Amino acid sequence: MREQLLRIIEKNSRIDLKELAVILGVEEADIIEELQKCEQEGVICGYHTMIDWDKVGVEKVSALIEVRVTPQRGQGFDKIAERIYKYPEVNAVYLISGGYDLLVSLEGKTLREVSAFVSDKLSTLDTVISTATHFILKKYKDHGTILEKKYEDTREKVTP
Amino acid sequence: MRNPLADKVVDIPFSGIRKFFDIVSEMPDAISLGVGEPDFDTPWHIRDEGIYSLEKGRTFYTSNAGLKELKMEVANYLKRKQGLEYDFQKEILITVGGSEAIDIGMRVMLNPGEEVLIPQPSYVSYEPCVTLAGGVPVIINLKQENEFRLTAQELLDAITDKTKILVLPFPNNPTGAILEEKDLQEIARVCIEKDIFVMSDEIYAELTYKEKHISIAQMPGMQERTILINGFSKAYAMTGWRLGYACGPADIIEQMLKVHQYAIMCAPTTSQYAAVEALKNGDEDVREMREAYNQRRRYLVHAFREMGLDCFEPFGAFYIFPSIQEFGMSSDDFATRLLMEEKVAVVPGTAFGACGEGFLRISYAYSLENLKIAIGRIQNFVERLRKEKQ
Repeated sequence: MREQLLRIIEKNSRIDLKELAVILGVEEADIIEELQKCEQEGVICGYHTMIDWDKVGVEKVSALIEVRVTPQRGQGFDKIAERIYKYPEVNAVYLISGGYDLLVSLEGKTLREVSAFVSDKLSTLDTVISTATHFILKKYKDHGTILEKKYEDTREKVTP
Repeated sequence: MRNPLADKVVDIPFSGIRKFFDIVSEMPDAISLGVGEPDFDTPWHIRDEGIYSLEKGRTFYTSNAGLKELKMEVANYLKRKQGLEYDFQKEILITVGGSEAIDIGMRVMLNPGEEVLIPQPSYVSYEPCVTLAGGVPVIINLKQENEFRLTAQELLDAITDKTKILVLPFPNNPTGAILEEKDLQEIARVCIEKDIFVMSDEIYAELTYKEKHISIAQMPGMQERTILINGFSKAYAMTGWRLGYACGPADIIEQMLKVHQYAIMCAPTTSQYAAVEALKNGDEDVREMREAYNQRRRYLVHAFREMGLDCFEPFGAFYIFPSIQEFGMSSDDFATRLLMEEKVAVVPGTAFGACGEGFLRISYAYSLENLKIAIGRIQNFVERLRKEKQ
């Protein structure tokens, strides 16, 4: 049941517990217990809401920053990653394979604010060799959700 | 001027679904639960393969029986899923949907006056296909008390010395009924004893919610007397691609190929390339869609029982078939009033045979959100009817 439960709430964390129990064919109490377990075990790390801020009219600037760093003896990339992810404006930090080491996802109010973060904070870290900042111009799809498109049922309305 | 039409055709009634379709089409704000096809788009990797085939200029006929690669994948699939062995060169024919396979199967097997047993409620095309092929359709009325399964006794009772074919439409549209191994064993015994062929329409084979689907062809001695019909429409959400297949004994498939060759030439080429991808890499898509259908199925059965409507739990396809007998109305009247008063379209059970009277076919090929709104409206309607009766 766990996998199915998680698949459903990954898409819709606000689903009613009674309804969850019905569609999974189990008791509501079992759902509650399983959710608590998942929370305690850190399987469920949080419940968030996806917002298209553009539609609210709130200006936001997002950027993806490639960072090349010198790994530190005994700590590898973890130490430097930690220094970066502690900044609240940083959304996500990934260690990746390929041409650079860390991919940092950043959100700021303005272009200037993001630039300032990169030049003042990120680039000045000892172990950072270089950065390349990519500003996001448009989000088409995020967290598996297509942002622009609305579902439209184009089927014939009654068919055998 | 002379009458341009053939009596045999004119005498066949139009499908009972047409009337509803005409009304619903004029009601933009109606919610329909009347659709007999998946709500999912064809998975992108399958569509992409179709597009790619067009880009590569694969726009010509394929061989009559279908692409060799596709026939081989169908053979692999049936082996993998059901342990059935078919020779892809002689025992598999790619058709324009399962519908074509039903049609040409009847045409190659029936001599005038030979009888075909059709359990109902069931899909609308068996009866006309038999008639057009010169055969005589004989209806077996399935019962709710048997969860709309076909029993060996019902089969025995319907057999005459003219009976040649039994249509086995399971998992069933419109009831959602399935047949399990013990049901199939008994039916197989009768078919062998009475020397009857089976046309097994397994288009919903991937959509079962209990045990894995079993084909009558898996029963000992049955593969040699079974035409197994399946396709891509329901399992892979590919209705518009019009692609299916028939598998069976080489001598029957050979004759079906002949009719197919003269009438159709070959199934659509683009669809065949897409279908190869579906069979190779589509298992996960099917699993996901099946799980989504299953959740909606549980929701609907629960909702109808909460409303106090009698509804057996169906384990196949994407339909439930609740009873409305308590209201003493015909299915048609119920469905018409539901549509007019609450703007929800469902299909009266009678569209699938006279024994569907007193039942409705409700499709759950819709999102849960959509189903919830519809259930709310049906609930209002049911409450109103109960008040009227008091």
